[in-house]
Amino acid sequence: MAEAASLTVSVWRGAEQGSFARFEVPARANQTVLDVVTYIQRELDPSLAYRFACRVGMCGSCAMTVNGRARWTCRTHVRKVVDADGALELRPLANLPVIRDLAADLAPFFDKWSRARGTFQPKDAPDGAVPEDFAVVPPASKQRREADAGIECIGCAVCYASCDVVAWNDEYLGPAALNRAWTLVNDVRDGGRAERLDAVAGDAGCHSCHSTQSCTERCPKNLDPSSAIAGLKRALFWDTLLGRR
Amino acid sequence: MDMRPRSHPTYLAFVVHRVSGLLLALFLPLHFWALGTAISGEARLDGFLRWAENPLAKAAETILVILLAAHLAGGLRVLALEFLGWRSRQKDMVAASAGIALLVGLVFLLNVV
Repeated sequence: MAEAASLTVSVWRGAEQGSFARFEVPARANQTVLDVVTYIQRELDPSLAYRFACRVGMCGSCAMTVNGRARWTCRTHVRKVVDADGALELRPLANLPVIRDLAADLAPFFDKWSRARGTFQPKDAPDGAVPEDFAVVPPASKQRREADAGIECIGCAVCYASCDVVAWNDEYLGPAALNRAWTLVNDVRDGGRAERLDAVAGDAGCHSCHSTQSCTERCPKNLDPSSAIAGLKRALFWDTLLGRR
Repeated sequence: MDMRPRSHPTYLAFVVHRVSGLLLALFLPLHFWALGTAISGEARLDGFLRWAENPLAKAAETILVILLAAHLAGGLRVLALEFLGWRSRQKDMVAASAGIALLVGLVFLLNVV
């Protein structure tokens, strides 16, 4: 298929209120969406605000809404997402306040990680002391495999922006925070299980999830937050039924 | 509503599950009313059952059966995800649920209608 010589890029300008600005950007081979945004900012309009750091899919800072879907832009090739007529539409991530242009404010997203007790609480050294020996956690154990399945989250908020429950309920903790909680519930070195399950059990917690699985569908790291949330529901169900909480 | 972020099979399965649940809930009062006619006399129930023989009622009945099967199969899929932790092949499970629902509808059409 012959590729268009240039891309027509509509870029959100403003904050919550704003409008699209259109730019013509030369089409190049192996061009990523982040390359396009960087071209606009360096060559066409230096006032464009956006965020990136590593450019290699590690830091999770460059996520935006590309043609209607939340994506990490540094690892998204233009040819995979562009319309047949060479059009790209770029907006900031949904479900988050907009700082300016393509930069969303991730503070509410990370606040919810704290509310879901996303911090490791060492069982052997609750006062912050260093344990005497390394914990041995067999890689093949069930809990280790559950934790490993969700541990590679880069905090890009693509799942959070793709989740309808977040859009419906401001307080909902969201897929990433609940996925983090599930990795810690399965961490045998962690001592905060009871408080963490309490933190994710409320109306804003795991039971609000409707299993639409948009988080799993869109996660650029191919993680499965939907199953992590299901795991939390399961743990809470059995703990409650058996009087363990 | 922008459907671009929502266009994937498990989202569709969610919508089908919700909508079928709502429609079934709306149907329930009618179902109980029909059963209630049996109490108030055989003739009334027979009259209703004769009316229900018309093609439009049969078509609605088939749709109802498909909705019921879709709601059941979709519910079993969600239960498997949540209680058994079946992570993998979610899209295949959605397809299987849809297949079961349509199959039940077909069996209903072939045997009952």
